[in-house]
Amino acid sequence: MNDKPIHNRAWWFVLPVLVFVLFSSLIPMMTVVNYSVQDSMGQNNFFWNGAGWFQGLFDPTTDIGGRFAGALVRNLFFSLVVLALEIPLGIAVALCIPRQGWQVGAVLVAIALPMLIPWNVVGTIWQIFARQDIGLLGAALNGLGIPYNDTQDPLSAWSTIVVMDVWHWTSMVALLCYAGLKAIPDAFYQAARIDGARRWAIFANIEFPKLKKVLVIAVLLRFMESFMIYTEPMVVTGGGPGEATSFLSLDLVKIALGQVDLGNAAAMSLVYNLITLTLCWVFFTFTTHADQKGEA
Amino acid sequence: MKLSFRTAGMALYLLALALPIYWLINMSFKSNVEINAGLSLWPHHPVLDHYQHIFTDPAWYNGFLNSLSYVALNTVISVTIALPAAYAFSRYRFIGDKHLFFWLLSNLMAPPAVYAMPFFNLYSEVGLFDTVWAVALAHCLFNVPLAVWILEGFISGVPREIDETAAIDGYSFPRFFLRIFMPLIANGIGVAAFFCFMFSWVEQLLATTLTTVDAKPIVAVMTRAYSAAGMDWGLLAAAGVLTMIPGAIVIWFVRNHIAKGFALGRV
Amino acid sequence: MARITLDGIAHAYGRPRTEQDYALKKLDHVWEQGMAYALLGPSGCGKTTLLNIISGLVTPSEGRLLFDERDVTRLPTEQRNIAQVFQFPVIYDTMTVAENLAFPLRNRRVPKPQIEARVAEIAAMLDLTADLDRRARNLTADAKQKISLGRGLVRSDVSAVLFDEPLTVIDPALKWELRSKLKAVHRALDLLMIYVTHDQVEALTFADRVVVMNDGRAVQIGSPADLFERPEHTFVGYFIGSPGMNFMPAEVHGTTALVEGHRLPLGQAYPPLPAGRIQVGIRPDFAMLSRDGGVPVQVRRIDDLGRRRLAHVTLGSRPLIATVPPDMTLDGSEAAVTLSPAHMHVYVDDVRVEGRAP
Repeated sequence: MNDKPIHNRAWWFVLPVLVFVLFSSLIPMMTVVNYSVQDSMGQNNFFWNGAGWFQGLFDPTTDIGGRFAGALVRNLFFSLVVLALEIPLGIAVALCIPRQGWQVGAVLVAIALPMLIPWNVVGTIWQIFARQDIGLLGAALNGLGIPYNDTQDPLSAWSTIVVMDVWHWTSMVALLCYAGLKAIPDAFYQAARIDGARRWAIFANIEFPKLKKVLVIAVLLRFMESFMIYTEPMVVTGGGPGEATSFLSLDLVKIALGQVDLGNAAAMSLVYNLITLTLCWVFFTFTTHADQKGEA
Repeated sequence: MKLSFRTAGMALYLLALALPIYWLINMSFKSNVEINAGLSLWPHHPVLDHYQHIFTDPAWYNGFLNSLSYVALNTVISVTIALPAAYAFSRYRFIGDKHLFFWLLSNLMAPPAVYAMPFFNLYSEVGLFDTVWAVALAHCLFNVPLAVWILEGFISGVPREIDETAAIDGYSFPRFFLRIFMPLIANGIGVAAFFCFMFSWVEQLLATTLTTVDAKPIVAVMTRAYSAAGMDWGLLAAAGVLTMIPGAIVIWFVRNHIAKGFALGRV
Repeated sequence: MARITLDGIAHAYGRPRTEQDYALKKLDHVWEQGMAYALLGPSGCGKTTLLNIISGLVTPSEGRLLFDERDVTRLPTEQRNIAQVFQFPVIYDTMTVAENLAFPLRNRRVPKPQIEARVAEIAAMLDLTADLDRRARNLTADAKQKISLGRGLVRSDVSAVLFDEPLTVIDPALKWELRSKLKAVHRALDLLMIYVTHDQVEALTFADRVVVMNDGRAVQIGSPADLFERPEHTFVGYFIGSPGMNFMPAEVHGTTALVEGHRLPLGQAYPPLPAGRIQVGIRPDFAMLSRDGGVPVQVRRIDDLGRRRLAHVTLGSRPLIATVPPDMTLDGSEAAVTLSPAHMHVYVDDVRVEGRAP
């Protein structure tokens, strides 16, 4: 829609939002930038450090560099794994959601519940569930002979966190896909039946093509959110065993608030933020571009 | 009764979702003695002790009250300031509008971990540290862009002719906005408010970082559920169960609007 | 299949208590093979419900549906040997035009050479040969509708094609072309075609027989000429023709009708009529304006439509629309109207009454 009037007084409308976001975002980021290029000898004595912190960050041989590289790899791997699980499962669940009747409301509420639980409670639920002494899952797995110990075995810890994330967020993918599926007019299904198409052919030729736009949104959203994950793994494993589940956020918070290592924390924050900014740019470009294509 | 793949699949999925939650509820009704004694699929001697504790201990119920306070504050603030901005983005072109929108969206995706430390400093400086206001305002970081994004989509769905007709009919802008426009986008406001509620209620990192004693939210109180005997699982479980209730209530009330809103909004 | 029979078909959503609760009131009709039928009526008249009963998307609450002698009332759509074209094109985006057309045959495991031959044949009939290898989603709306139609025609066991307002999304400029194409396909393939529309021009140009529907009832079934010259119901008189029929309250005695104090000769002799609302109807095409000779009227306004001129007049207190002969000029507002007796019809309670030869 290119016929919007040009009204620079619209800036007045946007002013409250601008002020807020300035306050919440720009000013804090300025302090971060500040810390990232300075070093201190304590007692608020700062001196210029230039790119020093960044050099350390990007050098895998240093302590901080090693941690950063490790955390980054872990995050990417984690995001890919959960995406590979959540997207197909979400689509499958969306296909099972009833289309009409009272069941629709009930099912939507039931599905959405995991998303409304405070994230530390999600962590707590799985922390308890996975314990070998008082948790159903832990006890059952060990009872079946599978060696499972989420506090000491990295594989168990990873599996628990992956399963927890799938449990937590698949519903979001499902709800997005459901909205996409609802937009398909009945006539398509009727025509496909007349054409003698089997269930798989209906999915491949009608449903999946119409879901593509929704799926890209779902993939981008889930990728970004899983990239920033903090609370749930913190509660369940605390980043352990060792550093097995230390994701970027966990490390960053440890360094920033725990060790109060301001310079390193700031540098890491900036790089982290830059990565998510890039991803967001991809998301933004895609959705606005797709909007325009849709209107054409 | 014919059991189709769809019903079976959905039943299986709902079971998988329910199981860990059931386990938590199960645990919340067991006494600590029973918990530590061994595994039981349901409480053999159910007790209400944990719940009683929460309802009588100020540390606990204040935690809930604090959480509800900042979530409510945040939702109101976010939606209120997002409305005019969303209107502007939808109806007008102005210098820098695309860039501003992008920057706004980028805050949606801001990792809270990055902001934990700066917020800590910022809110201490401003003297808002350890108040519900600090958390309410901090959550605006991602909730305001979210509200703007959602509302912009809904507002764009209302034809501009309505604005123009109202102007011709002599409505002043504020009157038009309040009495004519807002009822039209009521669904959108509902969806935006729902998501603001949701993302503020579930967030934990910023909520704990910015509070210590006075404004401690329930998410922070829960991390201190220790007793002399170690982790107080029963108490923790009871608190966890109680935190799920506001979410369940809200989503029950908006379930029809969610289905409609999802379809109409940005998807 | 030679014919489709509706035997006492009626449909109500939910439990009906009165006749008003029926979306489709009781209907008996036989659709003959090779004919083109139109279901014509305003929105909500039940035409789409009837179409859906025939196609199998709706199971009628009463009555039986027979394809030849076979009772198909409860048979699902895919087993009925019909094709359906919807209001908007239904195509498979991911496939080319050729693949779209081949899809129903592939699903029925028809051998490949046969598929290719059939696809080529149908594509030629619909002028799609040039586009066979293009992605279906890149084509215009009318081409996509042709593909939708083609997918229905490509199965050789199809005996009826059902259309649900298929020209709705087509550019007005292309509607005529597509309509002609449908007529050509009909003649070539000798299929039973049932076409739902609310546009009388579409119905009258496409169909051999038109079923005019109103309020869930089939009001008249006849050829376009029948509907025009002998409407059995005042609704048909209103709905068909542009502008519709003129109706005036009257008293009828034998071969004369008394309207607003004027005696009008009728083309038939009528016995004493039953009690009820009596009206005479005549189409504007058969009411000719003249300077004198005929019933005196007041001219209110003349509409010049290019091809013809229509006069809005009043006969006493009744409004009437008459045709102005091409060479006539008017001065003043006094004129007369000659009403052709052969085309005057008598209606009692909206239903036409047949008289005897005088």
